[in-house]
Amino acid sequence: MSIAAQTDSCPRQPIVTGTSVLALKYKDGVMMAADNLASYGSLARFKDIQRLHPVGKYTVIGAGGDMSDFQYIQKFLEQLIIEEFTSQDGHDLGPAQIHEYLSQVMYSRRSKINPLWNSLLVGGFKDGKSFLSYVDLLGTTYSATTLATGFGAYLAQPILRKEVEGRENELTEEEAIRIMESCMKVLYYRDARSLDKYQLAVITADGVKISESRHLSTTWSFAEGIRGYGAQTQ
Amino acid sequence: MADMVSIPHSQPQQHQFNPYTENGGTILAIAGADFSVIAGDTRQSEGYSIQTRYAPKVFRLTDKAVLAVNGFAADGNMFVKKVRQRLEWYRHAHAKDMPIRAIARLIQTMLYSRRFFPYYVYNILGGIEEDGTGAVYSFDPVGSYEREACRAAGAAQSLVQPFLDNQIYFKNQTPAPGTSFPGHLSLSTVLSLVIDSFTSATERHIEVGDGLEMYIVLAKNSPSIQSLRDIRGMSELTATEDGERVFVVRRDLKKD
Repeated sequence: MSIAAQTDSCPRQPIVTGTSVLALKYKDGVMMAADNLASYGSLARFKDIQRLHPVGKYTVIGAGGDMSDFQYIQKFLEQLIIEEFTSQDGHDLGPAQIHEYLSQVMYSRRSKINPLWNSLLVGGFKDGKSFLSYVDLLGTTYSATTLATGFGAYLAQPILRKEVEGRENELTEEEAIRIMESCMKVLYYRDARSLDKYQLAVITADGVKISESRHLSTTWSFAEGIRGYGAQTQ
Repeated sequence: MADMVSIPHSQPQQHQFNPYTENGGTILAIAGADFSVIAGDTRQSEGYSIQTRYAPKVFRLTDKAVLAVNGFAADGNMFVKKVRQRLEWYRHAHAKDMPIRAIARLIQTMLYSRRFFPYYVYNILGGIEEDGTGAVYSFDPVGSYEREACRAAGAAQSLVQPFLDNQIYFKNQTPAPGTSFPGHLSLSTVLSLVIDSFTSATERHIEVGDGLEMYIVLAKNSPSIQSLRDIRGMSELTATEDGERVFVVRRDLKKD
């Protein structure tokens, strides 16, 4: 297939991909987590990629799926924020507006059969209120107090719901970090496209903070005790 | 052999992008003599995953019209957005709300305009007609529509509609000798039927559950307001004075 046909309106497929993004609401705002891996098929191609991205003063977006589409999204959101800033009209875009804008872009691209191949979480805190929503390549949207994309939807979301649902207003940042870390660990053990290096974003009344890369400590000594599958013969 | 056309050999089949998905859930509407009840569950799912326990599928359009949408959620939300936009333009042009039969025709043309790339959505419109009677209009994704007394749509349509046929139209029932079936059911009876429909659908269908939202539209000065007195978890949404009134009742459904 020619490059021209690809860039026109022919559906593509994701090439360099990111895996799960996790997010939850807690006492002071929203916390989001994503690892630093961008895979090329089953190859762990880029191990220092940031998948959490600040947009304006109140919002973070986290992306799974195609990383080049995500970079394109970062680019046009940056442009949007600049245009909004230069108008100097006393308004600025909060997480709800950014999510709505993204939803419209994602939905119109799917309607042109030329989707941006991502699952995105939009988290934020503005005017004393937490915001957390999802949007994907089909333009499907929803919000909840805990969200997870990709494999995280199967592996981490049940844990997040159990830990968070009904406790959103009492969870401290320390507890939230502990929950996120345990979920990222489950993902690292079971999701073959994940990494033990990840970042956390917190969005509170104090603004957006994205952590340095953090490392997960894991144990594999149990592996040699496993019998029944794998390389062992007895 | 000079004029032989080279046949393009088939390329390895590429993964084709599917612009649709199904997000589960069920909606339902029943018309009474001077009221209409429009309901939907609040679960949104894809495959075996629950995406959220609260994503509304029923929307107040005006004080006399409520729209329920079910199918592909992204199309549904976009469709409601566009219908609302058209109703706002109508309000600015004519200084009144569009009558429900006109909204029904509008929805038909909006759906049919996308005949060859449809909104993957089943619509049910409920409310009060200009003559004060309760109305339910149901649509297929490309705009075929009719006015009915009741309709269920969505994941559990096949569970709920036969129940409604039996309880609303009295299908497969014969009245006791010397009696006849009532022409119209009371609001309290209808609300009970709606609640039972959804608790039953929740029991037997995995895509139905979490929460129930029932919108009730009452005709001007409807005496049916009496049966709303002791309804738990009700709030009023009416925006205009001395006309039709809109209420919503929220209930929990099982979350498993």
